[in-house]
Amino acid sequence: MNWLTNFIRPKIQSIVEQKDVPDNLWQKCPGCEGMLFHRDLSENMNVCYHCGHHMKITVQERMELLFDDGKYKELPMPKAPHDPLKFKDRKKYADRIKETRQKTGREDAIMIAEGTIGGSPAIIAGMDFTFMGGSMGAAVGEAIVVAAEQAVAKQAALIVIPTSGGARMQEGMVSLMQMPRTIIAAEMVKNEGLPYIVLLTDPTTGGVSASFAMVGDIHIAEPGTTIGFAGKRVIQETIREELPEGFQTAEYLLEHGMVDMVVERKELHETLARILDLLFNRDGSARALNDNGSKTSAKGKAAKGKGSKGPRAAAMEVPVIEKTAANTDAPAEEPIRTAGTKG
Amino acid sequence: MSNLEFEKPVLELEAKIAELRNVTGDDSMNIADEITRMQGKADRLLQQTYSKLTAQQKVQVARHQDRPHFLDYIDGLIEDFTPLAGDRNFGEDDALPAGLGRFKGRSCVILGQEKGNDTESRIKRNFGMARPEGYRKAQRLMKMAEQFQIPVITLVDTAGAYPGVGAEERGQAEAIAKSIETCLRVKTPIVSVVIGEGGSGGAIAIATADKVYMLEHSIYSVISPEGCASILWRSAEHANDAAAALKLTAQDLYQLKLIDGIIAEPVGGAHRKKEETIASVGMQIENALDDLSNISSDKLVQQRHQKFLKMGREAA
Repeated sequence: MNWLTNFIRPKIQSIVEQKDVPDNLWQKCPGCEGMLFHRDLSENMNVCYHCGHHMKITVQERMELLFDDGKYKELPMPKAPHDPLKFKDRKKYADRIKETRQKTGREDAIMIAEGTIGGSPAIIAGMDFTFMGGSMGAAVGEAIVVAAEQAVAKQAALIVIPTSGGARMQEGMVSLMQMPRTIIAAEMVKNEGLPYIVLLTDPTTGGVSASFAMVGDIHIAEPGTTIGFAGKRVIQETIREELPEGFQTAEYLLEHGMVDMVVERKELHETLARILDLLFNRDGSARALNDNGSKTSAKGKAAKGKGSKGPRAAAMEVPVIEKTAANTDAPAEEPIRTAGTKG
Repeated sequence: MSNLEFEKPVLELEAKIAELRNVTGDDSMNIADEITRMQGKADRLLQQTYSKLTAQQKVQVARHQDRPHFLDYIDGLIEDFTPLAGDRNFGEDDALPAGLGRFKGRSCVILGQEKGNDTESRIKRNFGMARPEGYRKAQRLMKMAEQFQIPVITLVDTAGAYPGVGAEERGQAEAIAKSIETCLRVKTPIVSVVIGEGGSGGAIAIATADKVYMLEHSIYSVISPEGCASILWRSAEHANDAAAALKLTAQDLYQLKLIDGIIAEPVGGAHRKKEETIASVGMQIENALDDLSNISSDKLVQQRHQKFLKMGREAA
């Protein structure tokens, strides 16, 4: 096309190039190679409507999918050292991260938000694979710690959604230290008797799978998700033989007892709503869900609560939640970090 | 004996000295003088070489086959060592020997990776790369230490957790995560020393401790320099650059406040004077346990959590 673009004047060129546009309207399913129309695909939550292959969705889409009525409040990203090593490979890490921030409009590979799921209060820490492969450095670790603190302060469940290649090499040992840190975060939530649920999404590997992603009260995985510690190539180079069929998929982990259930994307909201209801509403006195557990009916109806603490569903409707005694359990320094960041 | 390229000048000198020692003749006085002179030179050269090792050279020293390994420390420091086997689930893992023993008078649980020192033992020990069973055995024994209120000592020396099909099948990630969790929960003191190679998740699984020390020429890294180079530089030949960039030396990590202290090695590295190295490690562990034994168990756990929470919270 080079000679063409060089020779043809801009006006004609724009006509020529328009031919490329329709390409984006259709894409091939990586699972069955069936053609997918973009609008139908997005209506089907990026799940192939031929074969059920789950493609990636953005972290915002996930939040919309999981929170009641797609409504949530994004929490500001905490401050964290972003280049502790002054790391440089062929390129400076500081530049790399700056570019990625511009490209993704995100501070780091994670987003935290609060809202309700089936009327139950929840904080979700969802990772963003498009941000340097969802790698975990200090910022991701700190966001998970803050999400846990918020869950404790608001007596909400903590739901983490890893999608990550593992620790972020460019932060060296600081990134490795996020493994114990995020496990401490999970401990905070567990010690409070609050649910800590992991929703494993594609892929969850390395230092992320070997830390907060594998210590959940309940592990849910999307179909086909790659979950494992070592990368397939590394394993293949070590053992020098073919890997078994379906190795390191969600279904394989289910079979080997590492996840509780494999749940299709369209069922995730309802599943989480039901689990949270079972764990929060222990005497069944405040049933928030109707029989099919649909989110519209769950919404607003509920006066949920554990013990004497007030109607939590109502509380979570308000963007800033008035919290009572529970706040004292959160670490003293900056319980809610208010520095605004972009979403 | 040695396979370190940068030690060659020293080794050549030492070889000459050995040659001279074998010479017997009339002018033995002169030879003795010459030997003394050359020995001085060799010592100075060794000292110089080791005072300015590059990161990649430290990687080589940390992996040196003659470096004291886990079982050498057991021999040197632990009386009545009683190995305990198995995770009560699936199997035993020889890559991560563990057991009860007496360290300077006190009962303790001691565990760590053993790389082996000849072909046979290396294969038996899987080159120090533990499988889930190893990490689950570690969890079991740490819990036992808590039950009997005795401290835990861990010695870290591994290229990493084993990347194999069986290991994945049996939940390597979960085993490591739970091992870190157990380290964080245990209500008795835990002291860790990186004695050679601290390889990523496989290392931190047993090194989430109240006090973490590193030998002077040991390394501790999120990824091997070779692995990092092949990903970020797209060529394993850049391992030198990666080693430097990763800040994986004891000195770097102490500066980054990620470890609690550095244990000095004899001039020329631990592989030259094993006993001396082992004694230094023993002294450091003893001091740490003395300090930690005065702290109540609840406070100990709280302090441990606070210590790790700080890493990545403070502005760089």
